[in-house]
Amino acid sequence: MGENGKPKFAMYWAAGCGGCEIGVLDIQEALLDVADFFEIVFWPVAIDVKYKDVEAFEDDYIDLCLFNGGIRSDENKHLAELLRAKSKTLVAFGSCAHEGCIPGLGNQYSKEGIMDYAFGESPSTENPENHRPQTHYTMPEGDVEIPAMLDVLTPLDAVVDVDYYIPGCPPQAPQILEVMQAIMSGAELPPKGSVIGAGTKTVCDECPRERKEKKIKEFKRPGTAQPEPEECLLDQGFICLGPATRSGCGGLCVKANSPCRGCYGAPPNVEDQGAKMLSALSSVIDSSDPEEIEKIIGSLDDPLGTFYRFSLAKSSLRRLAK
Amino acid sequence: MSSADFEPTIIGFLCRWCSYTGADLAGTSRLKYPANMIPIKVMCSGRVDPSMVLRALADGADGVMVLGCHPGDCHYHEGNHKTMRRVPMLKTVLEQYGVDPARVRLEWVSASEGDRFAEVVSEFTEEIRALGPQKRTESVA
Repeated sequence: MGENGKPKFAMYWAAGCGGCEIGVLDIQEALLDVADFFEIVFWPVAIDVKYKDVEAFEDDYIDLCLFNGGIRSDENKHLAELLRAKSKTLVAFGSCAHEGCIPGLGNQYSKEGIMDYAFGESPSTENPENHRPQTHYTMPEGDVEIPAMLDVLTPLDAVVDVDYYIPGCPPQAPQILEVMQAIMSGAELPPKGSVIGAGTKTVCDECPRERKEKKIKEFKRPGTAQPEPEECLLDQGFICLGPATRSGCGGLCVKANSPCRGCYGAPPNVEDQGAKMLSALSSVIDSSDPEEIEKIIGSLDDPLGTFYRFSLAKSSLRRLAK
Repeated sequence: MSSADFEPTIIGFLCRWCSYTGADLAGTSRLKYPANMIPIKVMCSGRVDPSMVLRALADGADGVMVLGCHPGDCHYHEGNHKTMRRVPMLKTVLEQYGVDPARVRLEWVSASEGDRFAEVVSEFTEEIRALGPQKRTESVA
């Protein structure tokens, strides 16, 4: 606590899209209570505080730090380490910090491959001299530096100790509010390492659709086929990650007639979300003929990106080198 | 490491009803096969969750075998039918990630096929030996 007696709050945006920042805004007027309860000491999107100011904080100066985004650059890593040292409670906030999310899909490719595509091969790029970003550059005015990209993207807990995880892309306002209110009321927090602001079952448990016995001969995709609004999406052949995804969102996507994409990550006691989904999906393929099975599996577009859309950087696969 | 000094570590998930009994038969028949495979007895090949295969590879296996009853012979009627679909799908995902799908192999071995057990284990061990060690990332926690 500072001189004014208020607990100190920080929020940081690493390798992510910024949706988590908007997620916090979505708690709407309750944000005023949060701003009143806490003293905001670092939040680049909201207030102007420099890194050197954070470096000058004493250790454990910040009471609550919400860290969103994965670790993709040496700047992300530096800030993760810095904020860990300066925070009593560090929360991996949102899917990127929790398990890598969409930026984690980049781990399918080498850093060089990503650079070559982004600065050379992509259709919208014109770069005849084949320039690549340099981390150091000397200009007449002086030396300038930009952060270096790391080889892979990792979730926050791969580089520092994390106290809690709030999943979601982005975390949903009711859950953020619940967590903030619990903290502000002084309620006892769950054990360190817990996933908070989410359910303990799967998205299927929150889904209002009618389920029957699943038997799939072909996969469908939204955009090429229109889902029936009342029936289980998986029953209809749409790849819905509901069975392999933690509850907590209230079934937002399925209620909007769109399959679950899996952003709340693996349910409790599941160590690999993609493997769990792959397993569930295999079980419902309606064939025992190896050739037909190959054909059905072959019709899947981007299986890795579908099963591991949010969790590749936290999956068992991350430990395998190519 | 040259392939001559490389001894592959192989994890085998063996169905309790057919393939594990087949392995026993290979033993009591004194058939010779490489000692590289560490057998893990499971109730059914359908019990083998793809995450178990991935974890074996991530934790140090160079190859993983899943051995179950022949289709139609499953003690639980169709546990192995699920395996028949899971393993190819897992291989597709491994391939897309850049890991050789040949490191995972599904075979049907019945309780009376001790000779077949010895044969598929020998064959797979040599295949993995030729592929070399599965590399792992060190820098990622």
